[in-house]
Formats: sequence, structure tokens, C-alpha cells
Amino acid sequence: MSSLDTSAGSNGTPAGSNGTQLDVKPSGRKSGPVEFRSPGEIAAEKKRGRIGLALVLPGFIFLLLFFAAPVLVLLAMSLYAKPPGAEIGEFVPALQFSNYAEVFSLYWEPLIRSFAFAAVATVLALLIGYPMAYLVAVRLRQHRLLAGILLVLLIAPFFSSFILRTQAWKQILADEGPVVSVLRAVAILPEDGRLTASVVAVIAGLTYNFLPFMTLPIYASLERLDTRMLEASGDLYASPFTTFRKVTLPLSMPGVFAGTLLTFIPASGDYVNAAILGNNRDTTMIGQVIDSRFFRVVDYPAASALSAILMIAILILVMIYIRRFGTKDLF
Amino acid sequence: MRQKIGRWIIPVLGGLAFVYLLVPIVYIFAFSFNDAGRTNLTWRGFTLENWQNPCGAPQICEALGNSLQVGVIATIVATILGTCIALGLVRYKFKFRNTADLLIILPLATPEVVLGASLLAQFLNLGWDLGFVTVVIAHIVFCMAFVVVTVRARVSGLDSRLEEAAGDLYASPFQTFWKVTFPLLLPGIVSAALLSFAMSFDDFIITNFNSGNFDTFPKFIYVAAARGIPAQANVIGSAMFILALLVVVIGEVLRYRREKALSAK
Repeated sequence: MSSLDTSAGSNGTPAGSNGTQLDVKPSGRKSGPVEFRSPGEIAAEKKRGRIGLALVLPGFIFLLLFFAAPVLVLLAMSLYAKPPGAEIGEFVPALQFSNYAEVFSLYWEPLIRSFAFAAVATVLALLIGYPMAYLVAVRLRQHRLLAGILLVLLIAPFFSSFILRTQAWKQILADEGPVVSVLRAVAILPEDGRLTASVVAVIAGLTYNFLPFMTLPIYASLERLDTRMLEASGDLYASPFTTFRKVTLPLSMPGVFAGTLLTFIPASGDYVNAAILGNNRDTTMIGQVIDSRFFRVVDYPAASALSAILMIAILILVMIYIRRFGTKDLF
Repeated sequence: MRQKIGRWIIPVLGGLAFVYLLVPIVYIFAFSFNDAGRTNLTWRGFTLENWQNPCGAPQICEALGNSLQVGVIATIVATILGTCIALGLVRYKFKFRNTADLLIILPLATPEVVLGASLLAQFLNLGWDLGFVTVVIAHIVFCMAFVVVTVRARVSGLDSRLEEAAGDLYASPFQTFWKVTFPLLLPGIVSAALLSFAMSFDDFIITNFNSGNFDTFPKFIYVAAARGIPAQANVIGSAMFILALLVVVIGEVLRYRREKALSAK
């Protein structure tokens, strides 16, 4: 946890340390010219510190109680044991680490599949979302009204029900639906080919549902892009493609980075798409297993151990990703 | 020739992406007018009946009411707590700042199913009954992270000289906050609140873990999906969508006008 602490700390601070602080002075320990501070100034700084703490404290305590503590409870519960002859849902506190080995050997397949589906959906969302964001943020910069309308449409799916849309997808992809008819007509899909209850449908659903999480951060970083840089690149005889590769893309990387994380993390834990658009054979995702272990089998230790494995695996993946591609301003 | 293709590739790809994004929404809207009977799977003819009586399906409006209540309360609490945190984190230095920062961002990096499962474990452990209260608490947890991220971006973009100027003109810290800082932050706070409400209204997974027999609108649809979703659900989904569009459009128009007024001065 300590390495995560420092990385997130250094990622989180830029927002606060980019020169917008009011009158907070660097603490005296820094080398360099000694700064004179009167006792009054020191007292004022202490007072400001207390105000800051008072502002953060209520939310912080709330999160301690209903985020940090629950995660610890979950970790504890993942080690519980079932005493012999116990009823369904009855467990005793224990340190039964074998729970982990057991659930992993049973459910490694849905686990790996969840990450694979989420990764494919993230790449697809990037390929679809980037042109959208680029279109609205850069190409249509002069056409403010059209850009405004498209931006609204970009945000709009957030406000129509997630499950209703997924269900609509299912019907659009249905055997007698328009998509299948067209794909059959152009022979992309064989005459008896289907899309419902397939891997393709689940990944299409994941891509669709998490697309705004990809598009909006990219839009935000492209919107800040200074178009004069693109003109300068053109003036220096760069082709549009080179300009994109050497100027636009690097400058939009913070958005791409945030977008990929905001898409991958929820997609890997999602089970609505798999449940509505999948079949139960080769599309089961880990969220479905956790849900059914909790509520149908009522096996809390197994469900908790699976949740813990999912959380730890994501933290590790995200940390590797941050180390490898991390940008300074994450959010 | 290559240049021409290059110029059109972005609008074409972007346009196709917008079609992809909007097709299911158009579908939901169209099927809200379907003379469906019980299940709304195939087109059986146009009717306005569903729109005239959106509560026609049993329990649907009860679930909708629950969702609206949870959304409003969770949004108010999350927006207040989150705005305070954003201000505190950006503007002040104190001992546990990095720890607080991490704790606030982590819910965003936790998949919903883990958030839901851990809260359920906590509530089981505390012996609380699942229902309205537990759902509201769960929603505040994930809404707060979004509020902090949104408002914090706004706070760091704020020109602190405006506040210094207020201080130089003998405004008390409270007056400075209320007359200068808060109005400047308001657009950010409003968009954070809207986002928070949308997230809460639409959440299924975390709600499913922490609600017991308490039904929300997404839960209603999820359960109904097995038998066939009633057309009234499409009506409510479309209505929410139109309402949200109106809010966003009005916001954009106001922003446009303000910017125009500012540039005219």
C-alpha cells in the first residue's frame, strides 16, 4: 500500500500545487534563502491548516466509515470459515486463507475473461471515442452551435437509463432485428448466424455503455489544445498525419490516460452487460459470480474472497499502467 | 485525393460513432409509443396511451419515486461534503492531506461490484437492515468522488487574485467566500450535482447489493427484463432523457450568453 500512497499522492497534488494556493508558504525546512516569518504569520498559517482540515474532515470520516472500513470488513470476511453442520449463511471469524486458493481455482476463467472483455472494450471505446471527441473539440471549434449540440449528445447517454439501453441493444441485435438482417444480407454473418447471447454482444454492450467515460476526458483535454500549435506544425511542413502523431496525440494523452482507466475499471467489474447480452457458457464475468455467490449460494467468504481478488488485481494492473504510461495530471 | 480522404475521415468516423451512441436511445423513445400490451418486444402499432398513463405498469412509479428520493438526498449530501473536500484539498495544507486525497480517489478506482459487496459486508457486520438508508449511504460514497474530481478542477482553475482583491477591499473571509469564491465555483458545483444525480439515478450494481427489498427504477427494469420490460419504462426513460437534455441545453445557452455579455464589455 505504501508505494500506492506515494504515487497517488504525487498524482493528486498537482491540482493543488500549480500556483493557485493563496498565501500558503512552503514550510521552513526547505533549503535556500531563509524566509522570515513573523509569529503572526505562523499562527495564521496554522489557522488556515485547521480550516482546511475542518472542511475535509466530515467527508473524510464518512469515507472512513463507509469505504475504508467496509473494505477491511470484506477482507476479514474473505477469511471466515463455515463450521461443520452450520446453516446456510452462517460463518465464524477465522483465518482460512484456503478460501482464496479455492475460489481462484474455481473461477479463474471468469476472472481472466472479465479483464480480457474490459480490455477489448476499452480499446474499442478509445477507437470510437477519440474521433468523436476530436470532431467536437477541434474540428468544430469554429461552429460553436453544432459543437454544443454534439457535446450535449455526448453527455446525454449518462441520463438515459443504463439497463434500459442495454435491453434496447439486446433487441437491436436480436435475430429478427435490423443489424443481424443487414449483416446476413452482406454475408458478414452466415445465414443462420446470430449476435444475441454471444461474446460479440457482450463486448459491444460494454463498449457502448462505457463510451462516455472515455470520450469526456479526451474531450476535456482536446478542448484545452491551442490550435495555434497545429497551425505552427503545418507551417513547418508537417503533414496532417504527422501533426496528429507528434502534436495532437501527445497533448491529449492525459485525457486518453484518464479515459482508459475510467472505462477499464468499471467495465471489468460490470455484470449487467454479461447478464443481459450474454449466454451463461462463455460470457460469464466475475461480477456475475460474485453476485450469485452472495445472494443465491449465500457463501459470503467465497464472494468476499472473489471481490478481494478482483480489487487487488485491478489495483495491480492500474499501478503497472500508471507506472508505465502515467501522466502528471490524472484527473 | 489522399488529402481529401484525410479531411473527411474524422467527420465520418465521428458521425458513425454518434449514430452508434444514439441508436439505442432512439429505439427506447420509439418503443415508448408502442401499443405493446405486456411485453414491449415487437412493434404492434402506435399509441399515446403509455405516455398518458406512465404509472400503468404495477410498481413502476413506486420504484421511480424511490429512485428520485435517493438521488436527491444522495446528491445534496455528496455535493456538500464533496465541495468542502475539494476546497480543503486545493486551498489548504494540513497533515493528512495525502491520505485524504488517496481515500477520496480510491472509490473511483474500485469496481462497483467490489464497492457494493464491501458495503454489504459492512452492513451485515453492523447488523443494519437493508433498505432506503443503506442505499442512500452507498450512493453518497460513489457520488462524492465524482463531485470532488469535478469541483476540484474548477477550484484549481480559479484565479486566487480575485479573492485577494476582496480581502484588500476589507471583505471578511466569510464575505469573500460567499460573494466571490462561491459564485465562481457555482457552475462547477451545479454540473457536479447533475452528474451525481445521474449516477445515482442510474446505478444498478451497488444498489442491488445494498437495497434488500427496496426497489429502485434500475432494479425494477432489471427484474422486469427477464419477463419483458413494460412500455411505460420506455416512457419514463425517454422523459428523463428529454428532461436532462433540456437542463443541459439551458445550461449551455446561459453559458453562451454570459460569455457573450462578458466579451461585449
